[in-house]
Amino acid sequence: MNGAVSRTAGCLAVVAALLALAPGAAAAQRASLTEIEKQVMCPVCGTLLQLAESPQAQREKAFIRGLIAQGRSEAQIKDALVAEYGEEVLALPQGSGFSLSAYLVPIVAFIVAAVALALGVLRWRRAGGGGDGPTTAAGPKGDDAERLDADLARYDL
Amino acid sequence: MAVLGVLALVGLLVYGLVSKGSSRIGVGEPAPSTPLPRLEGGGDASLSQYKGRWVLVNFWASWCIPCRQEAPALEEFQRHHPASEFTVLGIDTRDLTDDGREFVDRYGLSYPQLRDGNGGAAHDFGTTGVPENFLVDPSGKVRWVLAGPVDEQYLTEQVEPFLPQGKS
Repeated sequence: MNGAVSRTAGCLAVVAALLALAPGAAAAQRASLTEIEKQVMCPVCGTLLQLAESPQAQREKAFIRGLIAQGRSEAQIKDALVAEYGEEVLALPQGSGFSLSAYLVPIVAFIVAAVALALGVLRWRRAGGGGDGPTTAAGPKGDDAERLDADLARYDL
Repeated sequence: MAVLGVLALVGLLVYGLVSKGSSRIGVGEPAPSTPLPRLEGGGDASLSQYKGRWVLVNFWASWCIPCRQEAPALEEFQRHHPASEFTVLGIDTRDLTDDGREFVDRYGLSYPQLRDGNGGAAHDFGTTGVPENFLVDPSGKVRWVLAGPVDEQYLTEQVEPFLPQGKS
């Protein structure tokens, strides 16, 4: 009996907690000009909208404010901006279609460079570069060796 | 393989540099005629549809103050020339659609208007701002360029002489 009561109380506590969090979650999803400004460009200025004060930027900000007032989400507002100014208005390329190459090319380039470096090191090691320890220089031979010995003998080392 | 990778990266960099830069279309060069959506009425149109006529391509935007000053002069100039021989072709660039339409209504512009939201056409013409004007002859070649606003006197003195009546 006590177990059932405590389970019910636990469930109620969880539901209450979720209900308490719900308004916060809704607020978190609400679009804000400050956040969107960081993610879109001023097409005329070539800078983030956040940093732009040109007449075009002012109109773009007013457009965003209007959509926020209509209750549009951040994604909907960005879609509307793309419809007006094209994909160039997004500060970061979209992760689909040709724009995906903006993310893939650096990764592929890094992998290619790493593989090329590894293959280069392998080839160098197989060729004996640095793998057989230090090489000993051949000393003088014949007459040269005798002359060297004689010269060294003159010094009291 | 490594060489291929390096070449691919260099190629991408070169492509990026080339595609970013643009130079203004010069006199005697063919004018770009990429289709653009109409500002009002739906559908697309391009400069090539006006072949056989003189066309004054006018890049503008509603947020551009000099564009507001030149719009009445362009409309007046258009009214004095038969549309069968000459038209102003407005290209609203890097602008909001509603703002562009409101601009057209406010100044009572009767000549055709296209929309260049992402600035692609402005880039193809090599503009550096708005307004900019390009006079295109009936064969589609640029005959006169002005990076800046026009007024009635300028249109009469610089553009009029090119047009059929001006030559007669």
